[in-house]
Amino acid sequence: MNDMTRITVPKDWETDQEVRWCPGCGDYAILKAVQRTMPEIGTPPEKTVFVSGIGCSSRFPYYMETYGFHTIHGRAPAVATGIKLANPELDVWIITGDGDGLSIGGNHMLHLLRRNLDCQVLLFNNEIYGLTKGQYSPTSRIGTRSPSTPFGSVDRPASPCGFALGAGARFIARTIDTAQKAMPEILKRAHAHKGTSFVEIFQNCIVYNDAVFDAFTDKKNAPMNQLNVVHGQPLVYGAGTKGIGFDPATMTLSVIDIVDGDVSGVLVHDEYNRVQAQMLIDMEFGPFPIALGVIWCSPAPSFEAAVVEQNKTASAGKPTDLNALIRKGQSWEIAAKDFHTV
Amino acid sequence: MATALQTAFDEPTIKPAAPKTHAETMVVRFAGDSGDGMQLTGGQFTLSTALAGDDFSTFPDFPAEIRAPQGTTFGVSAFQINFGANGIETAGDEPDVLVAMNPAALKTNVVDLRPGGLVIIDSGEFTARNLAKAGYTANPLEDNSLAKWQVMAFDISRQTLEAVKPFGLGNKEALRCKNMWTLGLALWMFDRERDPLIEWLKSKFSKNPVLAQANAAALNAGHAYGETAELDGPLKQFAVDASSSAPGFYRTVTGGESLALGLVAGAKLANLPMFFGSYPITPASPILHALARLKEFGVTTFQAEDEIAAIASAIGASYAGSLGVTSSSGPGIALKGEAMGLAIITELPLVIVNSQRGGPSTGLPTKTEQSDLYQAVYGRNGDAPLVVIASRSPSDCFEVAIEACRLATQFMTPVMVLTDGYIANAAEPWRVPDMASFAPFPVKFHTEVPAEGRINPYSRDPDTLARVWIKPGTPGLTHRIGGIEKGVKTGNINYEADNHQAMTDIRRDKIANIARHIPLQDVDQGPTSGKLAIVGWGSTYGPIRKGVQRARAKGLDVAHIHIRHIWPLPSNLGELLRGYDKVIVPEMNTGQLKTVLRDQFLVDAKPLNKVSGHPFKISEIEAAIDAALGGASA
Repeated sequence: MNDMTRITVPKDWETDQEVRWCPGCGDYAILKAVQRTMPEIGTPPEKTVFVSGIGCSSRFPYYMETYGFHTIHGRAPAVATGIKLANPELDVWIITGDGDGLSIGGNHMLHLLRRNLDCQVLLFNNEIYGLTKGQYSPTSRIGTRSPSTPFGSVDRPASPCGFALGAGARFIARTIDTAQKAMPEILKRAHAHKGTSFVEIFQNCIVYNDAVFDAFTDKKNAPMNQLNVVHGQPLVYGAGTKGIGFDPATMTLSVIDIVDGDVSGVLVHDEYNRVQAQMLIDMEFGPFPIALGVIWCSPAPSFEAAVVEQNKTASAGKPTDLNALIRKGQSWEIAAKDFHTV
Repeated sequence: MATALQTAFDEPTIKPAAPKTHAETMVVRFAGDSGDGMQLTGGQFTLSTALAGDDFSTFPDFPAEIRAPQGTTFGVSAFQINFGANGIETAGDEPDVLVAMNPAALKTNVVDLRPGGLVIIDSGEFTARNLAKAGYTANPLEDNSLAKWQVMAFDISRQTLEAVKPFGLGNKEALRCKNMWTLGLALWMFDRERDPLIEWLKSKFSKNPVLAQANAAALNAGHAYGETAELDGPLKQFAVDASSSAPGFYRTVTGGESLALGLVAGAKLANLPMFFGSYPITPASPILHALARLKEFGVTTFQAEDEIAAIASAIGASYAGSLGVTSSSGPGIALKGEAMGLAIITELPLVIVNSQRGGPSTGLPTKTEQSDLYQAVYGRNGDAPLVVIASRSPSDCFEVAIEACRLATQFMTPVMVLTDGYIANAAEPWRVPDMASFAPFPVKFHTEVPAEGRINPYSRDPDTLARVWIKPGTPGLTHRIGGIEKGVKTGNINYEADNHQAMTDIRRDKIANIARHIPLQDVDQGPTSGKLAIVGWGSTYGPIRKGVQRARAKGLDVAHIHIRHIWPLPSNLGELLRGYDKVIVPEMNTGQLKTVLRDQFLVDAKPLNKVSGHPFKISEIEAAIDAALGGASA
């Protein structure tokens, strides 16, 4: 029953708990996509652990019929590290948000990515603090009006994927809450990647930051503003009318009009190319579309595997007798009576 | 094994030794610049003391700066050792012998020297510049200000340079051998064998045999100097009584080592792998260093990115079925506070070691204090009880660590172990126990799938109130836990008033109930009721024990009670304390256990406080007893 080949259906991944996000919240769509994808991934529920921090997104584990740990604000990566090191066979998913993962927990996210622990990070980015009633977040754009910034925020936002790349992530992907076709494929890729897979999901907060991503998520805006990157395929969008080119003289990307399907000047997506990944992440929205899909994937040894390996090598052939261990060092014996009388 | 103190001596040029001065115990302090290698000298002298069969206790006292400016008073590093016959419990009140490697070391340490005590001085360092750096306006070697002590000043620097000349070292490198010269002299004074030290030098400098030879030459030269100088100075050999400790196998151990070994033993007795998440901090880091080398015992160490990640990873590991352990000192413990609450509400086992140091904030990183007791017992948001136990000496850390593992795993609770900077760094002989003498407490994970419905992860053992421990990976028992209050009967999120009351009560009762599962409080020394009880915890054990011993020898009616289980307190403690007319609580804080005892038992406990960064002196305890009992004898 509990082997890896057991067949599950999405329903098996739902708990009996009433989902308590606001009606219309993007989190519902993400939950649905994840529950739909888990049977395809094939890991049994009992070998799967969802770990979260604090925030709207972090309630996620309560709705997944797996093992789940709803921890404290920002610390999910650290808890997940302990879980994975203690039992590398578990399939660990971290659910976080822009505040949880990049503000209070930014340090842990940095080190998780740098260490390359084998796990999946789903960062729900809604550019706002929802659970505390709408304050601006580290990904909010300049000028965001919120209860704590009534005259508009003045600080520059962080780029989640840019942060991840800088921190040393080896897998970076981006998707949208409502992308029910694209997201499962990205989740499967993220799961298949050995190491930390960082997935930014643009998630609409219907109450405090509604429509903030409409410029590229809205149906009518999507074609001209979404660049779905596919490894080995030219970077085209706008129903095949636009492409992304590269100007070697200025080392910058450019938008190319594609005429008669001629993609000869268009860059081909290479997910192993870190420089290209950096440029795709940094593209200024407006003049450029937003890049979605697997932007960067370059596997490297994972942290827990290295720890397990070193534990094994360092232990090889060493005695494990506790009595012998505690008797090591400078020692002496005092015989019964008559010892050392001066 | 060194034989009993010998008079024969194997250096060819040496004349027959003069008679030795007999002493029951001896306190020696080595003091020098933090770059002079005084901790190393002290450590090696300690090993030779152990090999000579003496009982001992040490007190390393070093500055927070790794290399403070040379020659300054704040850069002075000292190592004190008390050794001799049985019952050495402290590093000694006053040194009998002080070795001062420079003016700053003399200035900061000579005041502690017993009147009539011997001070050995490197006069080569008493230059105008060094005297000025130490704040001397006149040279103390010339102005008679050291008259109440016996002074032996000679140019150790020059002696060392001469001794190592054949090895062609640079001046700076050659002077680095000064500490070995000094150690050689000390070995002569206390008639110790040099061979183990020479062997140690060979292995320490195995990659640089010239340095090994130079240091050995310095050591031999210092030793030879003692023999010669004796003829016309106050230098003399001492015959210190050896210990007549109980028979058995002994080793030297520091608190850091013993705690690490105790954790390994505790995890093994619980039949669990250990996960140790830690972030470097003085004086707690030695535990991480020790455990990082013990992977073959099922130990995984993780140097986390910060204190919070250290405890959070340990909680994650416990959740996944390991014994999670984290370790820090006061400032780091403060950062871990929220995560402790998570471990409390999710009822996961966790051992948190606090090697206390002077506070608040960064405070005195390398000095000792016991001022985190409130933090341990009360220092979290919400009603958040956990278990607190304290070790009283370096060797005691072993048993305390095992007890922490037992309570954490048997009761599904975080346990905080309080030790301190003094215990962590001090060394003492440890009569090594047989592991077979410890009863194992193997953990049984819950694997049984309920016949109907879902598992409630908060179902409990009716006796211990511990909830079930279910490892992720167990089929049929998937469940969610977290920091939000959970339903008593379901384990699901629950915000209801009655439920929160019930869960809060359970968390309180579970910890209080542990009092039924720990030993009753005993009296370390003296009557179980009477005029006065001295009640201590932690590293005040040594001075209190000796102070009470001396007072009792004078006929005073005083008892010593030393508490290991700080929270919950032993169930008989209140009644026991009420049996004494007076209760005095000596603590290296402003009266924290005193407050807890007053609160819990309504006893009129009186504080005796010291927060100087140094342990109590025996005489301070004795004086407090005298004052409380109105004079010298009853």
